[in-house]
Amino acid sequence: MSHGEMTVEEVKKHVKKYYVVFGALLCLTVITVGISYLHLPIFQAVLLGMAVASLKGGLVAAYFMHLIDEKKIIYSMLWLTVVLFAFCMLIPLFTLHGYK
Amino acid sequence: MSVIIPYIDEPHPVTGVTNAKLGIWLFLASEVMLFGALFSTLIIMRTSAVDWPAHGSDVLNVPLATLNTVFLITSSVTIVLSWAALKMKDLKKFKLNMGLTILLSFGFLVIKYIEYTSKFHHGHFPSTSTFYAVYFTLTGLHGLHVVGGIITNLYLLGPGSKMWEKEPERFTGRIECAGLYWHFVDLVWIFLFPALYLL
Repeated sequence: MSHGEMTVEEVKKHVKKYYVVFGALLCLTVITVGISYLHLPIFQAVLLGMAVASLKGGLVAAYFMHLIDEKKIIYSMLWLTVVLFAFCMLIPLFTLHGYK
Repeated sequence: MSVIIPYIDEPHPVTGVTNAKLGIWLFLASEVMLFGALFSTLIIMRTSAVDWPAHGSDVLNVPLATLNTVFLITSSVTIVLSWAALKMKDLKKFKLNMGLTILLSFGFLVIKYIEYTSKFHHGHFPSTSTFYAVYFTLTGLHGLHVVGGIITNLYLLGPGSKMWEKEPERFTGRIECAGLYWHFVDLVWIFLFPALYLL
């Protein structure tokens, strides 16, 4: 369903979800800060920190940016961006392989 | 002669979305690549460095940055609520939520100013070390995006809101696009906060 066709009742349901997501984001922020006090080795710390950040980012994208029920063209465009971004990330990682 | 731009407030029959919405998503895709390039540089440098110049939580103000995170997350909620208010034809509630969004954005910038001046006061500049070069580049670029968002939101709250009287659908579409941009600014900070301040 397009967001342009939403009824008032449907918007009210969305508003309730926004508050729930807001609470979840605040809790995840506390968890993020908590992780830094564990003093984990850098690789594990980056992995865990980015995992929580990805969860938070996913909630913002899915509910606030309405990606949970968006049109196919938007998904296609974003998938292309993800592929290109992953490619950009892999190039330097490959150059690091075997580097001492 | 006036020129009417097609599919601004009604979905395009081919894409299923308005041209404005498609445009803002294309812009955000380019922004993902911009921040992605800088961010991946930081992650690769950080994980492969034998000796990193500084540990974020030792040299940066984590409580202030946590407060900034709360400011941005809250502003993301208020801007989406301002869009929802327009969907419910409530201009007063829109103005209240958009005003709160702008206020929280200014709060973010004030804290950033305090952080920056403290760093400069202690003689820490982008040239000091790789860590500070990365810190000032990423937070500076993000800060410029916050300023851009504030200018847009101020316009939409002030003179831009006159559009609501004659073209409510188009105005709601504008708020949705401004909201998408603002959520992206919040999203970038969600990743910058742990990467710079906590690792």
